[in-house]
Amino acid sequence: MLAYVIRRLLLLIPMAVGMIVVTFGLLLLVPGDPAAVLLGPEASPEMIANLRRTLGLDDPWYVRLGAYFWQLLHGDLGRSIFQSAPVSEIIGGRIGATIELAVVALLLATLIGVTLGVLAAVRQGSLIDTVTMLLAQLGVSMPVYWLGLLLMLGFAVQLNWLPAIGRGAPMLDAIVAALSGRPQVLWDSILHILLPALALAANSAAIISRLVRTSMLEVLREDFVRTAYAKGLRRPRVVVRHALRNALLPVLSVIGLRFGALLGGAVLVEMIFAWPGLGQLTFSAVSQRDLPLIQGIVLTFALIFALVNLVVDLLYALVDPRVRLG
Amino acid sequence: MAQLATSTVGAAIAVKDLEIRIRGDRGSYPVVADMALTVERGETLCIVGESGCGKSMTALSLLRLLPDAASASKGSIEINGEDFLAMPERRVEDLRGVEIAMIFQEPLTALNPVLTIGEQIAESVRRHKKLAHKAAMARAIETLQLVQMPDPARRAKQFPHELSGGQRQRAMIALALACDPKILVADEPTTALDVTVQAQILGLISDLQKRLGTALVLITHDLGVVAEVADRVVVMYAGRRVEEASVYDLFEHPIHPYTLGLMGAIPRPVAGRPATERLVDIAGTVPPPWDLPKGCAFAPRCPRASARCHEERPPLEEKRPGHFAACWEHVDA
Repeated sequence: MLAYVIRRLLLLIPMAVGMIVVTFGLLLLVPGDPAAVLLGPEASPEMIANLRRTLGLDDPWYVRLGAYFWQLLHGDLGRSIFQSAPVSEIIGGRIGATIELAVVALLLATLIGVTLGVLAAVRQGSLIDTVTMLLAQLGVSMPVYWLGLLLMLGFAVQLNWLPAIGRGAPMLDAIVAALSGRPQVLWDSILHILLPALALAANSAAIISRLVRTSMLEVLREDFVRTAYAKGLRRPRVVVRHALRNALLPVLSVIGLRFGALLGGAVLVEMIFAWPGLGQLTFSAVSQRDLPLIQGIVLTFALIFALVNLVVDLLYALVDPRVRLG
Repeated sequence: MAQLATSTVGAAIAVKDLEIRIRGDRGSYPVVADMALTVERGETLCIVGESGCGKSMTALSLLRLLPDAASASKGSIEINGEDFLAMPERRVEDLRGVEIAMIFQEPLTALNPVLTIGEQIAESVRRHKKLAHKAAMARAIETLQLVQMPDPARRAKQFPHELSGGQRQRAMIALALACDPKILVADEPTTALDVTVQAQILGLISDLQKRLGTALVLITHDLGVVAEVADRVVVMYAGRRVEEASVYDLFEHPIHPYTLGLMGAIPRPVAGRPATERLVDIAGTVPPPWDLPKGCAFAPRCPRASARCHEERPPLEEKRPGHFAACWEHVDA
């Protein structure tokens, strides 16, 4: 088990190197010059050329890539061109908001997806089944930015139930505050995260519900479900303890993969709801061609994704005794 | 239709005039018809027949566990004198496992892969005996001991895939016996096992049945098994009983040509017959239940069939005392 974890962690290194090279290559191909963006439209060609030299942008690509790796080896992600602060510091200030959003969205997606999927499977062919699968179709096909705007228009602008933009206190701080007798802080945080998390979760919830339904329908026909009934167990217990536990196994790995999609979706959702996380940062970094910052963000996303999937694989071995890690 | 002369009062199982229908792509058609069974406590009834003759459907109907597409469309099933088919679902759930329990054919798929053997047995005990977790687990280990599981305390903590085929079937039997059921239904319990293990498991079931005084309904296609354990035998063909007798009468004087055919297919040394002689098989195949012939369903394969057999279905009649058969041209006893 420990050996497996260590081996998986070591595998992160070649993956990270690959990610960096690919991102670097992509940024070389994309037109646009950070020096020009930084100096604005009034700048003379000499000023731009000067700045490019200072930033090291004129060096050949392999020198720049080599220099970046050298920095990384020293634990340094470099400095942002525009914010004149260390990249690690900028990312550190933003990462919490994004992880919070993604985790809440993932929880929502799992909760909604599993519940609807089970209901649809148990009542196959009923109205619940039809409505659920219709919603799932909608959820899969609706782009996140459009759904985000719709939710905002409905719940924030028209109904005025929820705040349209921004973030409350960080969730962990809010929970601490609630425990020390100030529940309104937590309430405020929850109200703020609800719309962006829902917009982000919809797509994954739809995919999970379909998957759970299919998986459940299959498992409900298994012999061991009949055995469970033959023992005299009541239907809810058979469905949850015997069928669902087995039906969730294939779903679990998909939930891990969805986390990657959630991080991608977070870029759009954070823009729409002015959520101060990595997604927003990504957008501005890309539009400004802030190369060190983009590299840092991509690397962070990749590491989070890889770690989440490692956790999922470990969980898999925990819930399915037939799985052997190795 | 013919009924058994024996009284059904006080019987553990009394099935009368049962018909099981399947609704499928080919419309609705019966897979079991005119079924009647009586099993007393402590008695072993074997139901014999080829695959697809309706014996598994009959077994599942005894626990009201028929698949969604199938249903008991006619007749009655009484379990310990209670009308089982009219019972509300919750009452049926209360009876399953305690009054009537089932051993399934393929223990690898019939046991839940993600729960330990002990958990699965204890779950039944907790459900019916209202025991706490620890006491239920102790009872589970005790039951594993009863079925002669080697090292029961350790096996209880293992998952089905960690056990051998024979051990899994022992676990399955323990699961069925955990709450001392009065009736045990076993659907081909040894089919998935090696021949040597088959004999052990069969001996175990039969031995436990005698010791615990359970009524046992054993479904099998193997007449060797029948000879070993049965008190009475029902031979089924195409969803109907074709012969019914005590095990002694059946083997001594089989009446129905189909039973004779089945017996010809048992590989065993017979005095005066050379060991190299080929086994007799029954020509042809079982007709599908949605396309049964008009007369006797066995007539197309029957060596003794007459014109009447193809036209008119023979009723189940008492041909000798306690010995029933459905045949126009039966062998004289």
